Amino acid sequence: MSEVSVSGKNFRRVVNTLMTSLTAACAFFVVATLVIILGYIAIRGVTSISWQFLIDTPKPVGEGGGIGNAIVGSFIMMLLSSVVGLPLGIAVGVYLAEFGDGWMGNIVRFVTDTLTGVPSIIVGIFIYTLIVLPMGRASALAGGIALALIMIPIVARTTEEMIRLVPTSLREGALALGAPQWRVTLGVVLPAASSGIATGAMLAIARISGETAPLLFTALGSRFYNYYLDKPMSSLTVQIYNYAIGPYDVEHKMAWAATLVLMALILAINIAVRFFTRQKV
Amino acid sequence: MQPNIPTPAAQYGASARRWNWRRALSSTGSTGDAVFRVILFLCAMLILLIVVSMVTMMAANAMPSIRRFGFGFLTGRDWNPVADSFGALPFIYGTIVSSIIALIIAVPLSLGVAVFLVEQAPRRIARPIAFLVELLAAIPSVVYGLWGIFVLAPFLRVYVEPPLQKWFGWLPLFQGRITGIGLLTGGVILAIMVTPIITAVVRDVLAAVPVSQREAALALGATKWETTRVVLANAASGIAGAIVLGLGRAIGETMAVTMVIGNVPQISASLFEPSYTIASVLASNFSEATDELYLSALIQIGLILFLVTFMVNGVAKLLVWSVTRGTSGTARAT
Repeated sequence: MSEVSVSGKNFRRVVNTLMTSLTAACAFFVVATLVIILGYIAIRGVTSISWQFLIDTPKPVGEGGGIGNAIVGSFIMMLLSSVVGLPLGIAVGVYLAEFGDGWMGNIVRFVTDTLTGVPSIIVGIFIYTLIVLPMGRASALAGGIALALIMIPIVARTTEEMIRLVPTSLREGALALGAPQWRVTLGVVLPAASSGIATGAMLAIARISGETAPLLFTALGSRFYNYYLDKPMSSLTVQIYNYAIGPYDVEHKMAWAATLVLMALILAINIAVRFFTRQKV
Repeated sequence: MQPNIPTPAAQYGASARRWNWRRALSSTGSTGDAVFRVILFLCAMLILLIVVSMVTMMAANAMPSIRRFGFGFLTGRDWNPVADSFGALPFIYGTIVSSIIALIIAVPLSLGVAVFLVEQAPRRIARPIAFLVELLAAIPSVVYGLWGIFVLAPFLRVYVEPPLQKWFGWLPLFQGRITGIGLLTGGVILAIMVTPIITAVVRDVLAAVPVSQREAALALGATKWETTRVVLANAASGIAGAIVLGLGRAIGETMAVTMVIGNVPQISASLFEPSYTIASVLASNFSEATDELYLSALIQIGLILFLVTFMVNGVAKLLVWSVTRGTSGTARAT
């Protein structure tokens, strides 16, 4: 175990230095990868983007075209999924935090956790069999609900964690004043945890804004501006996918430009959340 | 039974719950509390219902294919929608091999980053780096795919695959035509994608190892690295969990892989050859599947993917919980 000879000591020092620098190299490598990816998006995106591109609809190759309808579609479906997913996710989170200590709570917690890891394409297939097949066509509704299903477990778990951080004394104080438990939870505990829950919600929205797989055959995509939930709707991510696998260079340029828009949105949310949470702590 | 109650089921549930609730928490038993609890309970049940209906809906829709092919579906090597011949083996093979490549690259890398962040870097360096690594996880799959097609694949084709073939060409793994699109590229892009996930979990797991373990090792004269090894040994099951979690993510990752793996249903020993994964066959074929058998074969593949990832994630969670849940499981002698 321990050779206390001088050479042994040196050897251990060398190994120590070597491994320490190796781990630092790992960190450097990963950060460098991020910088390279973001750099490519920034450079190729900026050189391909224009105002017209942001408002146009897709056109046949060679006639320009843009992602206006895809941006609108993405926002509509994100809004829809937030309206469905946030209240449900928060409710499940509150249930887990307030009543989830028994075996039932453990089952719900376990299922929620594993649901987070279910591939998003499976959610797409599930919604396809549940909504698209009976309705007979793809729709923004199906896309929004697919995204909501991805949101619910994420929001539920962050909500639970945030509520558990609220000090017991706060609860006890409210209960001692004679408030029923539902008033305590809704009026005291939830507001106290609200900034954390909002952070979780923002991150969940950032996550679904980048989802492609669940939209491929639920919302499908469209070449036009569409504001109806029962019709197929375009989204930024599906549009990026279609442009990227297209054969023409013009399409690839548009894919990079659309990616720049998407990444700007996602980075903005992530950095805002970071700033927001640092302020609190 | 009681005509004056509008929603019998909810009312029945409410009264039953309230009775339990009053006993359990010995509270005032107000109606508000009972209703509140029932509503939350129903929301939680909805999660279970979603998972159960996922399995049943997919199984029901996969029935024609399950009846026709049975277990032979898993071992069939032929995938030909025109001839109504469906075997999932090429996709299973592609999924397994690309995930293994991903883990071979990502596991040492993630462990290195996590050790650096938790054990070595001073806090003011560790925090921004941790944030940057998390940002890597925030990049959408389709963006990785775009980057993979136009940056990573050409890079591998020119700078990585030719040397591999030159030096290790005697291995069947590195023979064949070099195109940049194939299993290796799919594996590398997966590695980049699962690294932040494994790193995040390993970080949590390492942070959960009691400081006393480190102090004990240092007090015995161990170097920083030797101390880290003690910590790693203590966190072993949690690290295993993190790796399994990364595996689950790699298996189910769809868009990026679909875009760089080439989408050819074949089983080839060469890592340079195009292949297919379960998730990518779903992404690229689902919308063109018109006849019932084709669709149900795809849904059956989806069902397999769902069950596998569900189990893999379940195992991962249990492993991670064994380390991070309380201190009882962590203070093991090594």
